[in-house]
Amino acid sequence: MSQRIVIDPVTRIEGHAKISIYLDDMGEVSDARFHVTEFRGFERFCEGRPFWEMPAITARICGICPVSHLLASAKAGDGILAVDIPPAADKLRRMMNLAQIVQSHALSFFHLSGPDFILGFDSDPATRNVFGLIAANPELARSGIRLRQFGQEVIEHLGGRKIHPAWAVPGGVRSGLPDQARQAIREKLPEAFSITRAAIGHMKTFLDTYRDEAASFGTFESLFMGLVADDGTWEHYGGALRVVDATGAILEDHVEARRYAEIIGEAVEPWSYLKFPYYQPRGYPDGMYRVGPLARINVCRSFGTPQADDELIELRQRGGATIKSSFFYHYARLVEILGALERIARLLDDPDLASRRLRADAGVNRLESVGISEAPRGSLIHHYKVDEHGLITQVNLIIATGQNNLAMNRTVAQIARRFVRGNTIPEGMLNRVEAGIRAFDPCLSCSTHAAGQMALDVRLIGPDGQELDRVVR
Amino acid sequence: MNPKLRLATVWLGGCSGCHMSLLDLDEWLIDLAAHVDLVYSPIADTKIFPSAVDLALVEGAIANNEHLELIHTIRRNSRILVSLGDCAVTGNVTALRNPLGAAAPTLQQIYVDHGDPRGIIPSEPGIVPVLLDTVVPVHAVVPVDHFLPGCPPPAPRIRAMLEALLEGRTPDAQGPEMLRFG
Ligand code: SF4
Repeated sequence: MSQRIVIDPVTRIEGHAKISIYLDDMGEVSDARFHVTEFRGFERFCEGRPFWEMPAITARICGICPVSHLLASAKAGDGILAVDIPPAADKLRRMMNLAQIVQSHALSFFHLSGPDFILGFDSDPATRNVFGLIAANPELARSGIRLRQFGQEVIEHLGGRKIHPAWAVPGGVRSGLPDQARQAIREKLPEAFSITRAAIGHMKTFLDTYRDEAASFGTFESLFMGLVADDGTWEHYGGALRVVDATGAILEDHVEARRYAEIIGEAVEPWSYLKFPYYQPRGYPDGMYRVGPLARINVCRSFGTPQADDELIELRQRGGATIKSSFFYHYARLVEILGALERIARLLDDPDLASRRLRADAGVNRLESVGISEAPRGSLIHHYKVDEHGLITQVNLIIATGQNNLAMNRTVAQIARRFVRGNTIPEGMLNRVEAGIRAFDPCLSCSTHAAGQMALDVRLIGPDGQELDRVVR
Repeated sequence: MNPKLRLATVWLGGCSGCHMSLLDLDEWLIDLAAHVDLVYSPIADTKIFPSAVDLALVEGAIANNEHLELIHTIRRNSRILVSLGDCAVTGNVTALRNPLGAAAPTLQQIYVDHGDPRGIIPSEPGIVPVLLDTVVPVHAVVPVDHFLPGCPPPAPRIRAMLEALLEGRTPDAQGPEMLRFG
């Protein structure tokens, strides 16, 4: 008899999920699946609402990265107005997104994955959490808390609150950054830098300590996608999409937001509420691609800031020119924090920030628009259609974590094969399977609450893998 | 010294923003850690809701059959149950799908009509939970001891409530500081 082992719920990821590991008659792992079990249906109930409301509503998709939705939604709104937003608004939005990258990556590294690294994968599950970390290494825990706090405070300075600020709007932002707040941020930057640098030091040690994990945590060939700037440097808010393959060859470049559907298709499986986006030209499931910190590093030429670029050299020395091991997501995340802090520091000195022109006024000038930003976990796409009154007629949201769905399943199967043996499974091994998922830092509140619509290229695939039908619209 | 309070935090149909607000307690978490044992939480590794919980903070509305089962267990096993945030208190954004009617047509539209023409709706028994036709707040299913509104409740509001509960007082849920929605 073949049997199934279920891990329910998967913990220390931001969301509701289960993992099934399938064993064959010989007790060997034959397959593994990562199930996402939540559904909220945003794309459906937003129909009929004014597009002006969308930033504030869609922020409620996710409490961890509300800023990502806020910005992708506001950008889609800019497109409906058909305006160029004032430079100050553009830069302030960027600052908020960078702050969010800092807080969300700090959460992932210290609060969620830190317990595995510091306490050990085989440590007592009862204390293998941030409170256990506080007990075991209070100073490290405190530094992680303070780094996340730095990011949250920058968001609060800009938007008036830490979570769900209703601040970015179609056409710009509601308020600027007062001098006092600018000063407050400046004063806290040095500590944020030193915490980050220390964390990068720890990460290098972990790469040696957990060599086995680094080799087996989702190490495989896939495509990678993310925004890059016009000159190919790291990007998080502007620029256009680039797709590279496992050798680093560029398959797509300068793909603007409105063309996203030419490269991304979506499939559905009966065992997950999360859809399975794939790179269209390769079909489903061969078009597996990864997004997020590792992908952004694999698609970009350089960071464009000195400290992060120095680290990038070492990161690539350790991981390869195009990094295939998902364990390196952790490392990439920390280097991104460093680059984000450098960019925040740079922005603080930007004279444009003092401008009072923060918002462009206009009415509905276009009936369809797409906004993309890089959420901490990867490219986030908001696609709206509206009627002439600006009421939403159709919404499609492609969420970072969804795009890693295929890769997460592959990762789980790979780790299960490596670590799971026979019918008795030590707790630490199950935890490694979960930790493999945690490397992607999946944000299931996002992915699950935005079940997609309007896949533009969908394939019907039979049990033998044959394509039976295909609809493109 | 009093024995440590057994604290559980639960994430039902919500966006995790309420949990993030809890983490916005920042360094006060270190003080809190001296007074509580975190026995169940999305940020901890326990898989089964334990017994003899002193305080359960519940984020999110009741949206599927697994939430429904879990909330009964939570109530049975917890001395004090708090609805944390607007989704738990009123249904809030999670309940915005209610006017669409039953869950089945919504799933049909999202996964099939505008989705994958293979006609697959996520439904594997025992794996993906069955959606309730109507999303409801926590107190519609089990008695709730305290309500803390906000979307999310700001960290100082959560702290004020926790301090009261740690000292064995009834939280003073009054005034706009403690009671504002949104
Ligand atoms: S109350 Fe607001 S912050 Fe809390 S779970 Fe609901 S939507 Fe998220």
